[in-house]
Amino acid sequence: MPRVNDAVPQGWTVVPQGDRALLLVFGDGIAVEVGRRCAAAAAALRQAAIPGVTDVVPAFNSVAVHYQPRPSCSGAAFRQLADEIESVLACTLDARQAPAAGRQIEIPVCYGGQFGPDLDEVAAHCKLDAADVIRLHSGQSAYVFMLGFAPGAPYIGVHDKRLAIGRRPTPRTAVPAGSVAIANLQTMIYPNVSPGGWHIIGATPSILFDPAKTPSTLLAPGDTVRFVPVSSDEYLVLKQEQEREQA
Amino acid sequence: MSITVLKPGLLSSFQDLGRKGYQHLGVPVGGAMDSRAHRLANLLAGNPQDEATLEITLSGPTLRFDSPACIAIAGAALSPTVNGKPVPNNRPLVIRQGDVLAFGARTAGLRAYVAWHGGIDLPVLLSSRSTYLRGGFGGYKGRALRANDVLRLRSPLDGPDLDALARELWNIKIYLPAPLGLAPRSAVRAMPGAHTSLFKDKSVDDFFSSEYRISPQSERMGYRLEGNTLELKSNAQLLSEATSFGSVQVPPDGKPIVLMADRQTTGGYAKIAHIASVDLPAIAQCMPGDALGFMPVELQEAQALDMQREEAFEQLCQALAPVRRLLQGD
Repeated sequence: MPRVNDAVPQGWTVVPQGDRALLLVFGDGIAVEVGRRCAAAAAALRQAAIPGVTDVVPAFNSVAVHYQPRPSCSGAAFRQLADEIESVLACTLDARQAPAAGRQIEIPVCYGGQFGPDLDEVAAHCKLDAADVIRLHSGQSAYVFMLGFAPGAPYIGVHDKRLAIGRRPTPRTAVPAGSVAIANLQTMIYPNVSPGGWHIIGATPSILFDPAKTPSTLLAPGDTVRFVPVSSDEYLVLKQEQEREQA
Repeated sequence: MSITVLKPGLLSSFQDLGRKGYQHLGVPVGGAMDSRAHRLANLLAGNPQDEATLEITLSGPTLRFDSPACIAIAGAALSPTVNGKPVPNNRPLVIRQGDVLAFGARTAGLRAYVAWHGGIDLPVLLSSRSTYLRGGFGGYKGRALRANDVLRLRSPLDGPDLDALARELWNIKIYLPAPLGLAPRSAVRAMPGAHTSLFKDKSVDDFFSSEYRISPQSERMGYRLEGNTLELKSNAQLLSEATSFGSVQVPPDGKPIVLMADRQTTGGYAKIAHIASVDLPAIAQCMPGDALGFMPVELQEAQALDMQREEAFEQLCQALAPVRRLLQGD
């Protein structure tokens, strides 16, 4: 299981990732403060709109910058971009300004039963009641570290240590869309039917990804999420509303 | 203004240069597997390089043109014919109403690209017309072509005298600059990365010196390789981070996977190396069962090679101005 790191290291390192990307590394564990630095760096770099940069991708402890080397910097494209990035980040991160807080988003979740087939197993593993798992999962807000795995799929954490559990030994081949699943003190929400190895404790009627909408994803890195328990009746009503909206 | 799909071929999907700027939302870039051939086809059809082309795989489709069009085919040699007569790759071709474009035996490569002058009418989703097959969106209805699909041209081929147009296009001499071809290589160039030192020395040696074979489980998302398995010094779990087109990731089974156009934007497996961009088209044209070897290259050299190819595209684009003038009628 990845280490959960409470220390926030200052500074960062820059390493090439092939000839069209580089990686800024901000720390070596999962910590909300490190995640916030990554999100703030990514936001600053996106805003700086450095020519040739196509994508800026924050993750738990890193930010990838994908770029197209320009003919003007033949032979030194990596070094030149790394310098430009250093100067953008020097003004943003070293000023120690509180990074712009992401949005606060509530996500309704119907826990257990047909929607969360692994809830009881998780409770047993953590030596808790199912109700405690729900309370701990929804009781405190959590941070969206990154989106990955699938379009709109968030990695959310860090949850209360009492919810510690690894991945399932054998992944499921088809997890239903909207499944809310936990592993390694994090939550993943599956936007579409896909294979998945995390423990499914509930489902949300919210639509995580719609390529025809702007923005196309419900969440973005840097957002804060609060899971709100709903009944299965409420889930169905919300789901119908969402589907009407999408149609 | 339309084209009817008589036979869809093995896997025919529209692709462009991909969805740039959405990876932080988990949206894969996608786009042409062999972006070099895709861009060639577009330039030869008088298009901008990011117009969507039809990426066809191994066994091509059969298409009936219900209106005239100018097309160009580039990439794999899949024996294209119009009304049964062979037509060449890498030339603008004038197609008449009622003509049937078909493909035959593969003689080299795996993926060919068909570009239509003016492009096919497809929705732009997240700044791209690429089909993301796994996600079921983009391109033509988010999927590969099927029989009886009808494609619509965005702009008809104007000008009454198609014979004259064909003659004039044929008279234009077209030289492809060498960096735009695919010279056969004994080994694909790859750069070590931040994770390379996490692998056992023997594994790094194996990767850069032994032969791998492309597994049948290889597709637009990634190429799985069979050969010497690769091991980490310790099995500490890594945090998920961004991946690149050409990253070579190694899951716990030790069998490397070269991440390709439809790769997930992030991944948690260690990456032993990253393929030089200039050699990605060569991999995209490899078949399951083909042998693949890797050799190290310095970052600076990889970027210089990438740049050479970009300059060659620039040259070709300028040289093809007469084609664009003829087709755009100005």
